[in-house]
Amino acid sequence: MQELLKSFLGDNALVYIIMGVPPLIFILLYALVTLYMEMKVSAHIQDRVAYMRTGWHGVLQPFADILKLIQKEDIIPAQADKLLFTLAPYLVFTGTYAGFAAIPFSEGYIGSNINLGVFYIVAASSIVVAGLLMSGWASNNKWSLLGAMRSAAQIVSYEIPSALAILVAVMITGSLNLNDVSKFQEGGLFNWVVFGGPLPLLQKLAIIPFTATAFFILLTAGIAEANRTPFDLPEAESELVQGFNTEYSGMKFAIFYVAEYANMFLVSAVAVCLFLGGWQSPFGSALSGPIWGVFWIVIKGMAFVFFQIWLRWTLPRLRVDQLMYVSWKVMTPMLFVCVFAVGLILVL
Amino acid sequence: MLNELKTLPTNYVTTPGEIHTSTGKTLRTDEMIINMGPQHPSTHGVLRLEIVVDGEIVVDVIPHIGYLHRCFEKHAEYMTNYQQVIPYADRMDYLASMNNDWAYALTIERLLKIEVPQRVEYIRVIMAELQRIASHLIAVGTFGIDMGAFTPFLWAFRDRERILDLFEMTCGARLLYNYIWIGGLSHDLPKGFVEKAKEFCTYFRPKLKEFNDLLTFNEIFIKRTANVGVLPKDVAINYACSGPVLRASGVDWDLRRDDPYGVYNKIAWEVQTGKGEMGTVGDVWDRFIVKVREMEQSVRIIEQALAGLPEGNVQAALPKRIRPDAGEMYVRTESPRGELGFYIISDGTGSPYRLKARAPAFVNLSVVPAISRGCMIADLVAIVGSVDIVLGEVDR
Amino acid sequence: MTAQEIHDSLKAKFGEAVLEAKLDAPQPWIKVDPQQLYDAAVFLRETADLAFDYCSCVSGVDYNDGKLGAVYHLFSMVHKHKIVIKAIVPKETPHVRSTADVWAGANWHEREAFDMVGIVFDGHPDLRRILTPDDYPGHPLRKDFQVPEFYNGMKVPY
Repeated sequence: MQELLKSFLGDNALVYIIMGVPPLIFILLYALVTLYMEMKVSAHIQDRVAYMRTGWHGVLQPFADILKLIQKEDIIPAQADKLLFTLAPYLVFTGTYAGFAAIPFSEGYIGSNINLGVFYIVAASSIVVAGLLMSGWASNNKWSLLGAMRSAAQIVSYEIPSALAILVAVMITGSLNLNDVSKFQEGGLFNWVVFGGPLPLLQKLAIIPFTATAFFILLTAGIAEANRTPFDLPEAESELVQGFNTEYSGMKFAIFYVAEYANMFLVSAVAVCLFLGGWQSPFGSALSGPIWGVFWIVIKGMAFVFFQIWLRWTLPRLRVDQLMYVSWKVMTPMLFVCVFAVGLILVL
Repeated sequence: MLNELKTLPTNYVTTPGEIHTSTGKTLRTDEMIINMGPQHPSTHGVLRLEIVVDGEIVVDVIPHIGYLHRCFEKHAEYMTNYQQVIPYADRMDYLASMNNDWAYALTIERLLKIEVPQRVEYIRVIMAELQRIASHLIAVGTFGIDMGAFTPFLWAFRDRERILDLFEMTCGARLLYNYIWIGGLSHDLPKGFVEKAKEFCTYFRPKLKEFNDLLTFNEIFIKRTANVGVLPKDVAINYACSGPVLRASGVDWDLRRDDPYGVYNKIAWEVQTGKGEMGTVGDVWDRFIVKVREMEQSVRIIEQALAGLPEGNVQAALPKRIRPDAGEMYVRTESPRGELGFYIISDGTGSPYRLKARAPAFVNLSVVPAISRGCMIADLVAIVGSVDIVLGEVDR
Repeated sequence: MTAQEIHDSLKAKFGEAVLEAKLDAPQPWIKVDPQQLYDAAVFLRETADLAFDYCSCVSGVDYNDGKLGAVYHLFSMVHKHKIVIKAIVPKETPHVRSTADVWAGANWHEREAFDMVGIVFDGHPDLRRILTPDDYPGHPLRKDFQVPEFYNGMKVPY
């Protein structure tokens, strides 16, 4: 698509701006859908029905919520650091939004077709930590500060397992570009990396336990990076009031919210691209093509977003030390084994 | 008196470079004071915990209460007759109004030396146990929220709603009932109550199992609660803890059995104590499971009481104007939170000369600082949640 | 143990300090010299066949005859017997030796009695007001308590 645009407009900045618009529109639409989905899923888990009055089964409620948030007074606490306080939500959102640049939504569309795709996503989502720390510090609220410290510790330590899990997939596919990774998994369900990729059968069977483990860990670490229950310690409501976003209201709060949702999809999309074929159809060449590609990646991503919502309304929260324990003493050693084993199998 | 007060430690006396807690302790440089509450999601009302933290580690906890003080005792002295106190007693522990009413009515009945009809005793037991289930449901549900699990809370509320429907059917109110009166009840059970109550019992048992599957035996939940906030037996007794908090520490003590009132001694049920299944005896998980198991026992009690419910009058013969002889009486009952006692001094007039309510949550809360030093902020939330306080009762 | 036996063993130990007793009341009580209350409390708790280890309730009472009282409802988890101990002090010098380090459960009750009735518990580890604000004037449950017209500039009776 980038080439197409360049042929029309020439190689100038406009091309890149136009390329940046679809993910933004996607994030906004997706946030509305997920907002609705989260409320409905949680309600049905809890024997409730949730919104029923605004439109058919309350489908208009997300719009009403957004409208309310836009109208709300934008409060900046008197003692807060105004610049950092205002900047923080945008920085958090930018970090997540930047990650979408390297996600291939279909064979023909990838925001930025760079060779270091996954590496770039990992790096870009680290900006989120800076944003959260800024918000916690600038709020001048002890609870926010505690939340920010927790989130920094959490995201930094969960980047290790997620990077290692990505490494497992990259070793098999041989590329960091998610579009190439997706292309690599061509040929239906059983050529996905989680099932060993398009390798000879024997190798495939040997590799499945390790790829499956890596996939599961990537997903878990992703939930932790997106600050969702059971890893929602930075904003643990019952402990830290709302953590880093305690003092935020109105649109700034909404941007944090959208960033969280966008992050949920981002981590799901990375896991899907690396392990579940990205925009590839599960039925081989049937139902595949550029448009179907968008459909498949969104469906796969949304399935894991649903999974995250489901987990959130089922599980209690971990404690700080247990969170660190899981990351450093369980996931990281397991992934070292996986990396080693996958390497060994590929060499043999 | 006021002069003496001024010599006591004043809050937050700050000399340059030094910060004190409100008990006068000086902070070290790496410590900081955080106020958890009065507006905080997990202090279950308007409790303020002044906590000294070193990073995430809690160094000291100083509870500040009184934000919900509504002068219950002063009000009681100012009433023109004894019956008027009952609505105030309702509002003490607003999650267990029936038990409060009963405790108060029982104290006056013992002062007056009157017996109430058997039917009244049975209905009181049924109501008190339904109320106990309702109260424990909130306790375990909100504890789920403290742990970050939201769903069990709404499941608990869904089941509690059934009990409130039963209460509404009986006395028209859903929270503050004013149903148990001195010498009897405000009126008899409505038609169809017994069937509905039985229906509730059969409905509730499987729901409780479902609740356990979701929360109680969840691996993360156990990891969060086992071996946390351990309250040893002797400390629990020394702090005069009562109710589920005391029983969870392994003390086999329940006033319904050991200082019997009502018809509890005619009914077969078991006192539940903490056994330390997941960790140490007296940890947060024990305090939680004791409440869950007490709900099962309450269902047992309700079923038996419904089966044995006799016919008869629901009001004992009372003097037209209640004037107990001059004297005093301390009666303790087992409310969902523990030993709820009323100490009433009568001077022979129509209203109490002095009424002191011994609120279980008030006493149980006083043990929190002792068991939460050295834990993490998340554990402190768990401890406060497991002690199950109702601020209406703490502050009266 | 019956109330009579409890009274006798207290009397044997403290003699004159046991001022008065009413043992035939529905809930027997013993009046103890407030200066000796702490020693009596230690004795009641530590003696093996008394073993009052559970302090149910401490109530502050204004008897309206120039006297204030601290009423201790004690109970023994070991022997399952109970007794009421009273310490009566004059309103002008309402000093009682605190028992908070004998029964930790008495700590907050004594703070409440201090707050509401104004009995000063000497030796209490943390004798601050508990239910009313720190700067509240007077002790509300005293019979001669007048509701102040203004509290911190706010008109009180409305």
